[in-house]
Amino acid sequence: MNGLLDVRVAAVRQLTPLVREFTLEAEHGALPGFSAGSHVVVHMPAPGRTLRNAYSLLGDPAEAQRYRIAVRLQEDSRGGSRFMHEQVNEGDRLQLSPPANLFGLHSEARHHLLIAGGIGITPFLAQIAELERRGASFALHYACRGGLTDAYRGELAGRLGARFAAYDASAGERLDLAALLRSQPLATHVYVCGPQRLIDGVRSVAASLGWPQGRVHWEAFAAAAPGEPFVAELAASGRRLEVPADLSLLEALEQADVAVPSLCRGGVCGQCATRYSSGAVEHRDSFLAEAERAWQLMPCVSRGCAGSTLVLDL
Amino acid sequence: MPVTLKPLESYRDDFSFANSPAAIARFPFPFPDDHYLYSVNIEPATAGAPGSVFEHCFDIDEHYRSETAERARVLARDPQRFVVMPHMHEACWDALEMLMTHLAADYPEHFRLTRKGNQWTWENFALDICQRFTFGDADTLPYEPLEYIGRQVQGDFALLDQRDGDLYMDAGIVTGPADWSLAFDAGMSFKQWHAPVPMAHQMGVFDRALKYLLNIPVERPMRRLNWTMTINPRLDTSSETFHEWGHERGLVTADNVGRLVHLRVELQHMARLPRSNALLFGIRTYLISLDELATNPAWACRLHRVLRGLPDAIADYKGLTRYRQTVVDWLSRFDPEAEAAA
Ligand code: HEM
Ligand code: FES
Repeated sequence: MNGLLDVRVAAVRQLTPLVREFTLEAEHGALPGFSAGSHVVVHMPAPGRTLRNAYSLLGDPAEAQRYRIAVRLQEDSRGGSRFMHEQVNEGDRLQLSPPANLFGLHSEARHHLLIAGGIGITPFLAQIAELERRGASFALHYACRGGLTDAYRGELAGRLGARFAAYDASAGERLDLAALLRSQPLATHVYVCGPQRLIDGVRSVAASLGWPQGRVHWEAFAAAAPGEPFVAELAASGRRLEVPADLSLLEALEQADVAVPSLCRGGVCGQCATRYSSGAVEHRDSFLAEAERAWQLMPCVSRGCAGSTLVLDL
Repeated sequence: MPVTLKPLESYRDDFSFANSPAAIARFPFPFPDDHYLYSVNIEPATAGAPGSVFEHCFDIDEHYRSETAERARVLARDPQRFVVMPHMHEACWDALEMLMTHLAADYPEHFRLTRKGNQWTWENFALDICQRFTFGDADTLPYEPLEYIGRQVQGDFALLDQRDGDLYMDAGIVTGPADWSLAFDAGMSFKQWHAPVPMAHQMGVFDRALKYLLNIPVERPMRRLNWTMTINPRLDTSSETFHEWGHERGLVTADNVGRLVHLRVELQHMARLPRSNALLFGIRTYLISLDELATNPAWACRLHRVLRGLPDAIADYKGLTRYRQTVVDWLSRFDPEAEAAA
């Protein structure tokens, strides 16, 4: 696969019954550097398919020779976290997308207020290393469940002292968002990562207190990558292509030697526009107008809907 | 094949700059079509054919000595061509690392980088430099890190801070811009500095381009070509020095057009800087006189059609209006269809 990083699991640590930490090293050469708040998409070789989940890099960006991620066991259907917990051991090999950052520290903030819920602590571990290096003003508030989702809590308490507060739900402790946000100095930026209701809570409290939107940041992993398998049929020849979940339609066409012009491979340039005559399409580009989508799609990013057959004018 | 560097030539006064046949052959001719219109013409910056300008991320060619000397001259006259805002220091180190590692890996005959922890040694054989320094400590270099490495690379660089879902031009070293000014654009957002461009905003080009740029991950650089025209092989056509070169647009005649008028192509490189999350924007400029370009008649024919059909708003913006017709007339001899019509 193009451009993925090959890594080896150098160490595994069970931090709580629900949270497991993985240290990853490059198979060959060096891993690229990363900025605080970055995530990688881990490609897991499950039997018969590739699972992909995004995880924040939690190590100190100044020490990028190894990456660290922490995975909370989720009761979700796709099973990526289960795979990481049950199948991945020291010495195993994985592939990663290169780091991307959609949760960076804001260069104009005077004070950084970091709010984590459970496993949402991970991006902040990198952020505080960076903030400490810069000598920046910050505080970290950690809502967790003692003994289950409170990974790194002891370590953080020792390291950050008064700049750290934890709220253990199982001990009945509550993080009062309204009181916290109301007491912040002007030009504070707030960052939140955790369960959706924590993110929604911070956003709505900030909005009700009149915080400008640009001062409220939340981690939103790019939804782009994974897809569902579907079938593409080429109208001219009647050929049928099975497009697996881990290939784009464009990649599948290229592997079948069907030439489609492309440039950006990211749904913005318009080069790969392809007509289709039937099938349900999941449009993911930012090029086509709504009306054009009725008969055109951008195969570099868009796909047929799961289980459907897409008939292309090719 | 190792690059052979020419002795010094000039981009001003007597304009002794010229391209060798090899440089002409690898010129990044930017027109895939007879018609030109703005579009989001970006593509992954994957390694191109050996010897082509796309082979490496940062292309070093025969003009290396002349271009670095020209940059030193411009910076001596106008230090404002280098800008770095306080929050961009880390991005500057990032850029220095990216440039040094690429140059040393791609051109071992000209550059060498030795790293022992934070103790780095940088050797530039072409400019006879051997510099030991501590990575991250600006006091151990004679210039700010971006300026230091910028003085030893061909092409201009802007470093964009990413915040608020936008990009801000908060650092750069720009000594050869095509009629814009770093000092003027410094601190501006993506749409602010693009404000003078006609048509493209309405076409949605900048909305889509920005969205894409914000999501570029590390190690997945992108590139695009942009073009304009310049009278004489003048690299420094900054807005600040307009009084020195603007009037030259009136000098073009049927007799001197092949020598005076140059196609100016920018190979732009967009890469994520890993530690700072800033975006590096490289602008590598290639100049070719129409006489040189016409040694490839297919190019001359294509350029004839592009210029003839170019929308007036774009021609005006690029500053071609005064001499466009003279150029089109001169190029028509290379276009079989134009001959037939005449
Ligand atoms: C962050 C990266 C970029 C930087 C720093 C940058 C900078 C600039 C600047 C300074 C100008 C001159 C504006 C003036 O007249 O004052 C310009 C022009 C322009 N830019 Fe960008 N640009 C970037 C990315 C892009 C991208 C990705 C596109 C994709 C379509 C684009 C399209 C254009 C166009 C069409 C023009 C007009 C050029 C001409 O007609 O000569 N730019 N850009
Ligand atoms: S290749 Fe650019 S939109 Fe598909």
